[in-house]
Amino acid sequence: MAGPIFDEMSGVDGACRPAYAAIKTWLEDSDPADMKRRQEEAEFLFRRIGITFAVYGDAAAEERIIPFDIVPRVLTSREWADLSDGLTQRVRALNMFLADVYGKGEIVRAGIVPEELIFRNPAFQPAMVGVKLPYDMYVHIAGIDIIRTDDKDFYVLEDNARTPSGVSYMLENRDVMMRLFPDLFAEHQIRPVENYPDELLATLRSLAPRSAPSEPTVALMTPGPLNSAYYEHSFLADRLGVELVEGRDLFVRDNIVYMRTTEGPKRVDVIYRRIDDDFLDPLAFRPDSVLGVPGLMAAYRAGNVTLSNAVGTGVADDKAVYTYMPEIVRFYLGEEPKLKNVPTWRCREPDALKYVLEHLPELVVKEVHGSGGYGMLVGPKADKAQIAAFAEKLKADPAGFIAQPTLALSTSPTFVGEGVAPRHVDLRPFVLSGANKVRIVPGGLTRVALKEGSLVVNSSQGGGTKDTWIIEDPGA
Amino acid sequence: MLLSRHADSLFWLARYMERAENTARVLETASRLASVPNGTSGARNEWEAAVDATGALDLFKSLYDEATPRTVVDFLAFSPNNPSSIRSCFEMGRNNARSVRTALTIDMWETINSSWLELRRFQTGKMTRQELNGFINWVKEASLRFDGSAYRTMLRNDAYYFLRLGSYIERADFTARILDARSSLFDPTRETISGSLEYYQLSSLLRCVSALTSYHWVYRESLRPHLIADLMILREQMPRSLAHCYENITRFLDSLARDYGRQGPAQRSARATYGRLQNADYAALTDAGLDEFLAGFLADNGRLGAAIADQYLG
Repeated sequence: MAGPIFDEMSGVDGACRPAYAAIKTWLEDSDPADMKRRQEEAEFLFRRIGITFAVYGDAAAEERIIPFDIVPRVLTSREWADLSDGLTQRVRALNMFLADVYGKGEIVRAGIVPEELIFRNPAFQPAMVGVKLPYDMYVHIAGIDIIRTDDKDFYVLEDNARTPSGVSYMLENRDVMMRLFPDLFAEHQIRPVENYPDELLATLRSLAPRSAPSEPTVALMTPGPLNSAYYEHSFLADRLGVELVEGRDLFVRDNIVYMRTTEGPKRVDVIYRRIDDDFLDPLAFRPDSVLGVPGLMAAYRAGNVTLSNAVGTGVADDKAVYTYMPEIVRFYLGEEPKLKNVPTWRCREPDALKYVLEHLPELVVKEVHGSGGYGMLVGPKADKAQIAAFAEKLKADPAGFIAQPTLALSTSPTFVGEGVAPRHVDLRPFVLSGANKVRIVPGGLTRVALKEGSLVVNSSQGGGTKDTWIIEDPGA
Repeated sequence: MLLSRHADSLFWLARYMERAENTARVLETASRLASVPNGTSGARNEWEAAVDATGALDLFKSLYDEATPRTVVDFLAFSPNNPSSIRSCFEMGRNNARSVRTALTIDMWETINSSWLELRRFQTGKMTRQELNGFINWVKEASLRFDGSAYRTMLRNDAYYFLRLGSYIERADFTARILDARSSLFDPTRETISGSLEYYQLSSLLRCVSALTSYHWVYRESLRPHLIADLMILREQMPRSLAHCYENITRFLDSLARDYGRQGPAQRSARATYGRLQNADYAALTDAGLDEFLAGFLADNGRLGAAIADQYLG
């Protein structure tokens, strides 16, 4: 995958790709001072609306805004059609994999995925074995991280099947762009993303327990205002028109979940929970969790409430299982995967480990169970001491790591300081899986590494976001 | 229907915003009285009286040696150690607002959040008289913006009722307390005002609740203590009077009972207090002394807050 870096606007040869024609003109015609003003205006809007996040381990900066870049990232409808087919296929396979893992276990018996990767996985939830979920759906909301290195293929960098976040930025970025640059919207045919909350609510309701009324009560469960994604939780609850509950607002009686209201207890049928498995129910998981609801798991297992996503989905999205996704797609669907996997060395395999240790300076090494860009080694950016230290960690627990080549992620024009420069980006589309229907709003969250040359797009590591446009193909 | 926790946050959000404004009004009064002749040289220290009026004198004395303009402004406006300081109120208000964001309109949230962000402009330490006035005006404006955004953008449902209940219970508490802190001015044996200091004190009391002009419209007389007390306690037209507060408290509690189809102790308690204010004249109500009446009122008002919490917020 070495070679020149692919830029979404200029390709590799500097010629403007058709999708970016109007953007390029706009960038060339804009006065940098004016762009800077707009950028500041955007930041002011974000801060006033309170679109903030907390960085763990940084007490001084309790609330920050994620930097927003005013240059949109553009994909054509044709590119999107391919991508969304691939996403649908991938998430269908993830759901079938989970139903199998907690059901008959055929994939293990067929020898496709090693047993210990599943049953010794800390995210595997024995409490879910044999539990029958509505429509066998586990991952109702997935965030699939996509990258590209040329104008042909999309690669999946990571599947997020637990509680993926970022969708509020997709929606707010669009909103702010429309306020700041109405003219740009008039010049393009941009497919809307505003219907995401409606699609999400339809998805959640379609998965309500069979015993629920025809208008099931949905609630969004948050760990509370101290959580880094609290803004998103409140934003989504607002847009969905559902109550934003904390654990202490809920209680379970006779295996039925209720929320405490000013009019007494009210039954809850579907909980879109933005809280990890371990904290859901102190009786079933971590006994010290004060965020959870005692008895919730019993109600869930009894089929009286739907949790979104299901409990135990983490077994499908860790980085070790990721490496088997192409086989998983083939096994359940009998199709070739439409989205590629990034070539990955499984350090648990001795040959791979040997290769990885010999090539650390050129590889990216990630913890199998890590997330958010924490605890990873970016070989080309690390010094000798860091590499040596990481090698020791790796040798002590090879199965805890995977390694990938340092990918030349595509770049996208980004406003930095005084002008526009290419910066590396990825894309997180959100895939909704309800009863018999997959919904994906056209677009997603584009994350951008704002530091020159940086490949780490995570907001916790200095990444920013962009509005993502799916436009009708020029000339189509 | 509302989550009980959300109703609680709305109720307290409104109380904290109202309290911030009230504390600013107390500071304003102290600042004015301290600058009139004999303001600080007499037996009474106006700055200390201001702290007393907020009910936090013991806490103040544990933190500072002396009540000076500087220590009192610090304590009432900025101190994180004073849970009722303006800064603390804005902080608690915003925390409550954050935890109940989904029940607020965007305008309300933005108003509360921008006030919180703007507050950083103002620093404790040496404030000139002019800076202090600027700060006080800013607090009052922030409170007006909050009130106005709620009034203009919120759906008239239970969320709105709980918010308003918080405002009025806090406001009634404040009006009763500042009267109580000056109760010596209302000695029934004195019909008229003896000296200029007393005049300043009485007019400041009216200014403190923005009612000096209203007084003249209602009574068309020079300032007389029992009329001032009548205005602040019994006149429903006066938006900070106890009667006005209870007219609204009763109305919003009735709206809740109507929407939820159920009455409770909170409704009964509010109606009883309102009934006493409606049917009495000033002389009869304060038969046993203004002090006695106010002590009883403050206790009833506190009990109503507890009854609302018990009935809805638990």
